Amino acid sequence: MLEKFRDTQFYKSIFRGGGVPKSRRQRMMVVLNSVFLHLHPVRLPKHAVKLKFTWCMGGLTFFLFLIETISGILLMFYYRPTIEYAYTDIIDLAEQVPFGIMREIHRWGAHAMVITVWLHMFRVFMTGSYKPPREFNWAVGVILLLLTLLLSFTGYLLPWDQLAIWAITVGSNMARATPFFGYEGPGASLLAIGDINFITMASDARFALIGGRFMGEAALLRFYVLHCIGLPFIIMIFMAIHFWRIRKDGGISTPV
Amino acid sequence: MEGFKNLINTIASPTILFTATMVLFFFIFPLNDWFDKWNRRLKLHLLWTKKAMIIAALLMAGFFLFGLSDPDFRSIVLKPDNVPISGLIFLVYFFTWLSMHQAYQNDERLENGEKVDEHYDAPNDKALVWPDLVYVEFIALILCSAFLLVWSIGLQAPIEEPANPTESPNPAKAPWYFLGLQEMLVYFDPWMAGVVLPSLIIIGLIAIPYIDRDPGGSGYYSYKNRKLSIALFMFGWLVLWDMLIIVGTFLRGPNWNFFGPFEYWDIHKLEALTNINFSEYIYVKWFNTGMPNNILIREIWGILVLLGYFLILPPLLAKTWMKDLFARLGSFRYSVFIVLILIALTLPIKMYLRWMFNLKYIIAIPEYFFNF
Repeated sequence: MLEKFRDTQFYKSIFRGGGVPKSRRQRMMVVLNSVFLHLHPVRLPKHAVKLKFTWCMGGLTFFLFLIETISGILLMFYYRPTIEYAYTDIIDLAEQVPFGIMREIHRWGAHAMVITVWLHMFRVFMTGSYKPPREFNWAVGVILLLLTLLLSFTGYLLPWDQLAIWAITVGSNMARATPFFGYEGPGASLLAIGDINFITMASDARFALIGGRFMGEAALLRFYVLHCIGLPFIIMIFMAIHFWRIRKDGGISTPV
Repeated sequence: MEGFKNLINTIASPTILFTATMVLFFFIFPLNDWFDKWNRRLKLHLLWTKKAMIIAALLMAGFFLFGLSDPDFRSIVLKPDNVPISGLIFLVYFFTWLSMHQAYQNDERLENGEKVDEHYDAPNDKALVWPDLVYVEFIALILCSAFLLVWSIGLQAPIEEPANPTESPNPAKAPWYFLGLQEMLVYFDPWMAGVVLPSLIIIGLIAIPYIDRDPGGSGYYSYKNRKLSIALFMFGWLVLWDMLIIVGTFLRGPNWNFFGPFEYWDIHKLEALTNINFSEYIYVKWFNTGMPNNILIREIWGILVLLGYFLILPPLLAKTWMKDLFARLGSFRYSVFIVLILIALTLPIKMYLRWMFNLKYIIAIPEYFFNF
């Protein structure tokens, strides 16, 4: 039955080649002919398919990113980023939506993603895979690590409960101590002409981050936009570079 | 039982836990040949055998299960957002073991003149992505999804009272992955702990491949030929990052006071501490003259100490203990390397100065928000 279906014009039009890939050549063509699979090379060194070598952490990080994207899009249907509605929308989500575990999947997936990124980096370090010619891709990976943390951090504010705003308050208060650009940072008073300070409570790094002098409506909107559009956009560009460079730098690292 | 809990509470205190870690760490992850010799002599390399892993995993699991019978331990460990950190402890231990296990095995093979486990004859020893890799990935995806589903059904995402900017919780904690930074706030001002040090962590990580350029040890697990780089990375990752997160999450309670894992988070716990600046030590305690008015004169001693630390120590090390490293890296790479390491070391140094002398700042210029 399945065999027959694989022989139809319909199946062949979707999967080029058709049939069950049996010969070596056909199996190579599967990878080459698929837009998704051809992120991979066709053939790999044999240690590269062993879990004890790769730990699969990079792949799982990407997979979790996809899960976060999908569950995040679903959450956006129910959530309005205003002080008036944010909290009640989250409560509604838990109480009214049938099978409502999307927020759980999104939150635990985000925690898991932070951990898988760290472990991926740890594996890459322990196998010396940052060494030439992969040093730039290591740097891209560090940027991706930073972006993952920022994505998680911006998302933390959105439920607008006590846990959220105080965690973000602790985090964003650091910004006002930024050297030169925070109003309580060393050197900020040097950026002045005569008595006029350029860096004040209403013009410093913290103000730029939360859009006000206090945690409020503007902070929520800023974090929402960064979380849903801004940071995902940037991280996708860096992910593309990261994956492309893996291939260009010679695939998974091998002993010389 | 109570005696055991009290014992754990005592040894979990940062002074004891951190000192024990500092003393043991480079014997477990040898920094150079000398430490490596002692690593073998003390039989610490047996930590990376399968038997040791099973024993350690059972001990850790046993400790957690035992701890869950205690209400104070339970209330902090089972807080929904803290669950991933318990997971992190086990995962970090397991993967540290897995990488070190393979590294020591490969070291042994290399010593016997054999090829490493990852060795392959290009281009003969190749596997096809379809099906060999694709099915591994497929199984990983399914397991990951199943795990996430079970976790999501079993544990509800936390939601507390609606946000109230006028009522701050005590303690107010950052998200768990930033708690290492928040823990640093005990010893540094926000401009260091929250801005400069995190930036330097990112810069330092990016700098790794440009400093450690030895092409050996790429593409397989190994330790012997990469002692210095692995030991330093492990110190940063396990001690200065993971351990501070664990301390910040589990052992810091109201007013950021320290609490043992079996201790009740008493909001009235008092830790009377009067921290003293370096300049106050000099002018008030030693010279007995009182603080001078001129900021520069007041803080000159701290500035001299720091200048010495960052400008005199590096060339001194380059001439003595790090002679080989200096020759290998060249002056520019060496300077970047040593400055990053010295900055990282200011954290443990400040910890000990605080614990031993109640020292607050080495340089204290609150007039310009410049405290170090």
